[in-house]
Amino acid sequence: MTIEIKTSKIEPIRNTYAHIARRFGDKPASRYQEASFDNAAQINFHYKPLWDPDRELNDPGRTAIVMGDWYAFKDPRQFYYGTYVQNRSAMQEKAEGNFAFFEKRELGDHLGEEVRQKVQTFMLPLRHAEQTANLNNMFCCSCTNFVMALYQALIFEGMDRLGNAQYYSRIGLALDGNTGDSLTAAKQEWMENPAWQGLRAFCEKTLIVKDWFETFIAQNVVLDTLVNDLYYRQLDAWLGRNGGQDLLMLTDFMSNRATESQRWVDSVIKIAVKESDANADLIRSWISTWRIRAQQALEPLAVAMISETALPEAFAALEARLQKIGLEA
Amino acid sequence: MSKVMIGFQDNDESRYIVAAIEQDNPTAVVHYEPAIIRVESEGSLQINRETVEEHLGNEWVVQSIHVNLVTLSGNIDEDDDYFRLQWGS
Repeated sequence: MTIEIKTSKIEPIRNTYAHIARRFGDKPASRYQEASFDNAAQINFHYKPLWDPDRELNDPGRTAIVMGDWYAFKDPRQFYYGTYVQNRSAMQEKAEGNFAFFEKRELGDHLGEEVRQKVQTFMLPLRHAEQTANLNNMFCCSCTNFVMALYQALIFEGMDRLGNAQYYSRIGLALDGNTGDSLTAAKQEWMENPAWQGLRAFCEKTLIVKDWFETFIAQNVVLDTLVNDLYYRQLDAWLGRNGGQDLLMLTDFMSNRATESQRWVDSVIKIAVKESDANADLIRSWISTWRIRAQQALEPLAVAMISETALPEAFAALEARLQKIGLEA
Repeated sequence: MSKVMIGFQDNDESRYIVAAIEQDNPTAVVHYEPAIIRVESEGSLQINRETVEEHLGNEWVVQSIHVNLVTLSGNIDEDDDYFRLQWGS
């Protein structure tokens, strides 16, 4: 007797959720699609929120930017909770390894006084600016609850920035023998050093902006591009020239993360600009407003930290980025 | 000319690779078997790192194709930027 082994194929009745099938067609959907699209309530809200009684709870009207389909804001990294957490966990493991190495070999003891001073005065206080970045992204997040594709990316960005702030604090602790004195001193710098007051004022101004897309531009486009260039390129180079190379291990996480998140921010701007001329004009006007403020805010910091030419170089980086997005100055 | 063939486990990761194959190889025909996605193509078939990265949205190392690879037929030409199947040279 022969036994014939046959495989029989069972076609699934449906390949994905109905709302995903309506958007992408009835085919196997990726986890990113299932987690990110058309899953936020759009209609039939019972009450207007007390904190914004003129609008619905999930309301696209919290910015002047208008989109036909808000779900056009797809994250090029396709981060949803699972992939984001996996990715950041791998990055964090590497960063923790760097910190452990730095501490085990006592690399902090080999840093010269000049480098220590530079870190104390100009690097550690940045954690306060990072916390502002956290708040700003959380604010954008609270206004984009009607479109998960954006909402999740914003909360990831917010959490990342809190992570950055924590890593700056860790650098302080690695240099002050875990006493926390360096962080107290850094807070003093942030509150009192004239070099920081421009940025501190800028940060506070971004916190009171009402239109979340403007906050997004001021924080994630204008300020971040300039600060990233000043810190992850120019200050890194300065540390390299002045015997502070070992510290670069500790800021590696921040600089890699910044490069990665920039891809997403660029895509958001590109999509909004492509949607309509009205959007493009609005975004241009926000950029020009905030770049003037950023110029004034960062001037004293850039001069004191690096040199007279530092800020113009950072602005050249911003220019290049805007051009790449398709927003000529 | 004969066909080359490559089969992947049917999972979330493979779908991006298959999407990249479909984009770069107009002659490729995709068959969804139980648990396996089988792709056949007349003559040759190329998987490009850049296209997969575009679909995946993240960096992708060509060698990680082996995580989901089940079977293939054809001579292999594997590089940092592509994975190519063909018969003969």
